[in-house]
Amino acid sequence: MGGPETLEGLLTSKEIAIACGSGGVGKTTTAAAMAAMAAVRHRGKVLVLTVDPARRLASALGLGGFGNEEKKVDEEAFKAAGVKPRGELWAAMLDTKQSWDDLVRRHAPDATTRDRILSNPLYQNISGKFVQSHDYIAMERLYEIHTSGDYDLIVVDTPPTRNALDFIEAPRRMADFFSSRLLRLLIAPYRSRMVNLASRPFYQVADRVLGSQFLEDIAEFFILFQTMYAGFVERATAVERLLRDKRTTFVVVSTLEPAPVSEAEFFIQVLTAKRFNLGALVLNKVLPGYLLDEEADELAARLGDEAAELARIEGLASALDTDEEQLTRVLREVAANFRNFATVARREAGMRRDLQVRPQVVATAPELEDDIHDVSGLLGLGELIWG
Amino acid sequence: MVDLLDRRLLFVTGKGGVGKTTISAALAWLAAERGKKTLVCEVDAKGDLADFYETAPTRFEEREVAPRLWAMSMDTEASLKQYLSLQLKIPLVARIGPLAQMFNFVASAAPGVREIVTIGKLCWEVRERHYDLVVVDASAAGHIVGQLAAPQAINQLVQVGLVRQQTGWMLDILGDAATTGLVIVATPAEMPVNETLELIDRVRDETNVVLAGVVVNRVLPELFGRAEEEVFERLERPESREPLEKRLGGSLAPLVEAARLTVTTRRSRAEHLEHLRAEVDPAVPMLYMPYLFFRATGLRATHQIADALSAELGY
Repeated sequence: MGGPETLEGLLTSKEIAIACGSGGVGKTTTAAAMAAMAAVRHRGKVLVLTVDPARRLASALGLGGFGNEEKKVDEEAFKAAGVKPRGELWAAMLDTKQSWDDLVRRHAPDATTRDRILSNPLYQNISGKFVQSHDYIAMERLYEIHTSGDYDLIVVDTPPTRNALDFIEAPRRMADFFSSRLLRLLIAPYRSRMVNLASRPFYQVADRVLGSQFLEDIAEFFILFQTMYAGFVERATAVERLLRDKRTTFVVVSTLEPAPVSEAEFFIQVLTAKRFNLGALVLNKVLPGYLLDEEADELAARLGDEAAELARIEGLASALDTDEEQLTRVLREVAANFRNFATVARREAGMRRDLQVRPQVVATAPELEDDIHDVSGLLGLGELIWG
Repeated sequence: MVDLLDRRLLFVTGKGGVGKTTISAALAWLAAERGKKTLVCEVDAKGDLADFYETAPTRFEEREVAPRLWAMSMDTEASLKQYLSLQLKIPLVARIGPLAQMFNFVASAAPGVREIVTIGKLCWEVRERHYDLVVVDASAAGHIVGQLAAPQAINQLVQVGLVRQQTGWMLDILGDAATTGLVIVATPAEMPVNETLELIDRVRDETNVVLAGVVVNRVLPELFGRAEEEVFERLERPESREPLEKRLGGSLAPLVEAARLTVTTRRSRAEHLEHLRAEVDPAVPMLYMPYLFFRATGLRATHQIADALSAELGY
């Protein structure tokens, strides 16, 4: 067991870990690496629930096809990595459309309502294409899986969102949405045919802009959806409660670039202010520490300035099987390269200092030469951040 | 193929963090510098665009931030109001209040409604010829297809009504290859390259917008020529650099290690770039932007990238 200030210590004491952060920082890979480590080092079942994994990572996890089912990652994949896991690693991909359909099937009062919802054009658009609905359904699915009690640890990779925290608020927003006053106003005339639609300016304008067929589709959809309202709101509340539960922890993932760092800062602030459990910060693609060595930087400056002179050191060029001119160029490049990357490394270090509010656990990983697409790669990253 | 800046409407997209706003800012800057009256619009307003011009935050109302260069940020509600009063000629301003509220409501349920107001505003600027070129710092890769396909989606959902009538001319503008184009920004790493290729397929299958160019951002410079690299490899043997270290009075190990890191990183990135070039239609220009070691914000960065774009475009 790792100490309390390691990722290992954190993850072994929680049931749900939610990885969040801006796009392109290695969130999906980090989530998978944490889950793989937990499964290798500890007994029990670990699930990584991912939204949109890169194709090669997906196939490494056995998620080749589509569908909502959880699948066990093949022992062979671990064997290829030379390890025998103590626990089991499972993986699942979020199929938004499928999850919405399941939700409707669960909450619809009867078969007729269910079928009418499933075939409503607006519903089909929301469940299939509407990006914001991913936020809600991801959290809903998490709740469903957690409640099943099948797993000791669930690691969730959050969907990319416009506002990075949308998914936390999604359950509440969904509940608010279905209980809003405007919704009642909008569907009132369709509910009671007694109201003369054309007599009201509001509907006149709405009708002119959107067309009555579209308004009717909207109204039908919401009237049908309201039959599921009670179950839905209850569910949304339960999902929110689970996200705030002590058994749930948030892992913020970032790189030390300006945009991801400011997003990570924002994340940390909001999570803290809203009393979610901020557990760890994982910094990916961090440049190696030797670039911050000031002596080396001074040496690089001198190497650059004195390259021509140094290249004339007795016997040096010939020992390197070159001439003085070429050696001068090589030395200058080596010096300039170090100074360039030292600049970037210092900028990264500054950004790291600026991340003032920090969770107890901070883990870093260097830039990896290639993307990770097998279990051994995941465990390689895992080892670096595990603690 | 039409020259990139001779188009009238350019959507710039890319995976989060690849430098989409930098490229948009620099493209618009370059166009304005070359005499075109240019509008640049930040769609997912994070306020970064203003930083690249070192100017006050952009708003929905366009503002001239440099000669011939105008900037704005998208605000769907403001756009809807403009749309209702200008396009639909809805006379009663008083009715716009509840309508905007209804719009927000419908927009949070129906896909494409919010997007159409965004696309509509941009297409309208093009149709009215207010600018020679409109550069859009568009939504990130995950959302761009939904945005560009919004007129088709609306056509499917809304069978009649004024909104429906509006989508026709938008589709004409978006679908005209000489007018409108998509620019995808990528970085030379495996995932951004693969996602760029996937995005190209989706844009072709689901929208009527053509791919106008691919910008590869943050390309590391080649450190050594082939013969020089051989010299460097010999220099990696500790005993061979002893005379140097003796003279300098310190270890060169970190310097050599850093150079090795650059050489290997560049090499693996070059493979991803070759893969990208091989898969993208040869007629589509690919522009390579150098990695900026120094702080890449503000006008200085915008100038540097605009110069690099200019060189890549052969100006």
